[in-house]
Amino acid sequence: MNADVIARKTIKRTKSEYLALGLPAFSAFVLVGLIILLLAHFIWHGMPGLTWEFLTQSPRNNNTEGGIFPAIYGTVILVFMMSLLGVPIGTATAVYLSEYARQSSFFARSVRFGVNTLAGVPSIVFGLFGVGFFMQFIGKGIDTASGSDIWSKPSLIWSAATLSVLTLPVVIVSVEEALRTVPQELRAASLALGATKWQTIWKVVLPNSMTGILTGSILAIGRGAGEVAPVIFVGAVYSLPELPSSLTDQFMHMGYHIYVLATQSPNAAEALPLQYASTLVLLLLAFSLNLTAGLIRMRIRKQQS
Amino acid sequence: MAKDSVKIKIRNFNVLYGEKQALNDITLDVQINKVTAFIGPSGCGKSTLLRSINRMNDLIDTFSANGKLTIDETDVYDPDIDVVELRKKVGMVFQKSIPFPKSIYENVAYGLRLNQAPPTTEVDDIVENSLKKAALWDEVKDRLHDSATGLSGGQQQRLCIARAVAVNPEILLMDEPCSALDPISTAKIEELIEELKDSYTIVIVTHNMQQAARVSDSTGFFYMGDLIEFDKTRTLFTSPSKKETEDYITGRFG
Repeated sequence: MNADVIARKTIKRTKSEYLALGLPAFSAFVLVGLIILLLAHFIWHGMPGLTWEFLTQSPRNNNTEGGIFPAIYGTVILVFMMSLLGVPIGTATAVYLSEYARQSSFFARSVRFGVNTLAGVPSIVFGLFGVGFFMQFIGKGIDTASGSDIWSKPSLIWSAATLSVLTLPVVIVSVEEALRTVPQELRAASLALGATKWQTIWKVVLPNSMTGILTGSILAIGRGAGEVAPVIFVGAVYSLPELPSSLTDQFMHMGYHIYVLATQSPNAAEALPLQYASTLVLLLLAFSLNLTAGLIRMRIRKQQS
Repeated sequence: MAKDSVKIKIRNFNVLYGEKQALNDITLDVQINKVTAFIGPSGCGKSTLLRSINRMNDLIDTFSANGKLTIDETDVYDPDIDVVELRKKVGMVFQKSIPFPKSIYENVAYGLRLNQAPPTTEVDDIVENSLKKAALWDEVKDRLHDSATGLSGGQQQRLCIARAVAVNPEILLMDEPCSALDPISTAKIEELIEELKDSYTIVIVTHNMQQAARVSDSTGFFYMGDLIEFDKTRTLFTSPSKKETEDYITGRFG
């Protein structure tokens, strides 16, 4: 009985404690509420337009009829290629920064400074960089060298390259963090068995930071899939009934398609249901990407423990 | 002592971490197929000396050494020496034994597979023999492909010994191998050390003086980076010639 009273006394919270608990709880509630509200809004308005035809057909009649299959396809291919380009480079950079570089060296600090700066650059600037560097410098270079004229135009490959540069900082930072969580003892054990530094990284450090590398890729994909600004300069188009079949083809893009529907449609009222349905698809796409990646992470974690 | 029985010869060996002197002018001989123990309070330099033998200290940026440290008359700090080869010859068991998050089998086979892996049947044999040498075979033979992280602390430490033994080293360095183990596991490891010394030259760092007295043939007592006394274990523990040694082993300080 006496113990009860003491317990109640210790549990009794001061005003500031209520505030300290209440504010984060309130913020979390607002955040979750907003997400639910957002999802509900688009499901409510988008569901009617979300038919099988909508998902599998090409747009017709100035984007006011038909479906969005080319946009879904274009976005998925774009994000896939972006990861293919960006994740290895980002991982390699992170390995250099965390495993090889002397932390105090001028070069390592410059790279780190560069990564941080890159993370803060507005995405439209990356689009212009894509035009200037990938299209007009590298693309033109290939064209001049090979006598063709296809590489210096907006295309899938330059869009993927531009996006991979944009998402590079995300990959680097999260992979580096993952590498740091690998216990020093594991590295030492591997080296003491006569492994070279590279063997240690390849066989011990990287496999043990797989979850982190995946997290980095997921974050990059999430970021890359949502970016519209960079790709409108270097490859995404207004409407294209055919699917891209080569690296130099242009493509439709979900985010850009929504922008087009919302702002460029000759008949706004007719386009509205399509616009809602497209947005819902984009949301579901991002959601399922995250979900798949999350499942992979969980499986790897289970295997490791 | 015959001269050819010396495996590791250390002469006027100094270690610095940046400006800080960690070992002062150490001179001692480690006899082949014997157990040599380094004892002393924390920070006395015993682990530093141990890690100098297979150049694990190279991982520390500020590390520098001078003097001579030779294994079979080969200078370990010769700039031309292949550190990777050296570490294959000089196995190490750490204080905090962390098996790789792989299967038991893969842990033992790790060192073998670094270079051209021998055929699978041969790897199987080596894994079995190494686990037997580490007195772990009977406990794990039915679950070789289970994750090594599921083993108990003592089993993990023996797995780390098996892992080190698998690459067929000549020397085994043990850095406080029992400091995280319960008495029963400790007894097992000590028994194992007794058996392993027929095939390997063993150097062990330990905080536990009874352990040094039980397992080693020679013991060095370190204090503040100096080798205070180095002698046959029996002599050092029964009639130490230095007062510091006597104070330490009788528990008057440290």
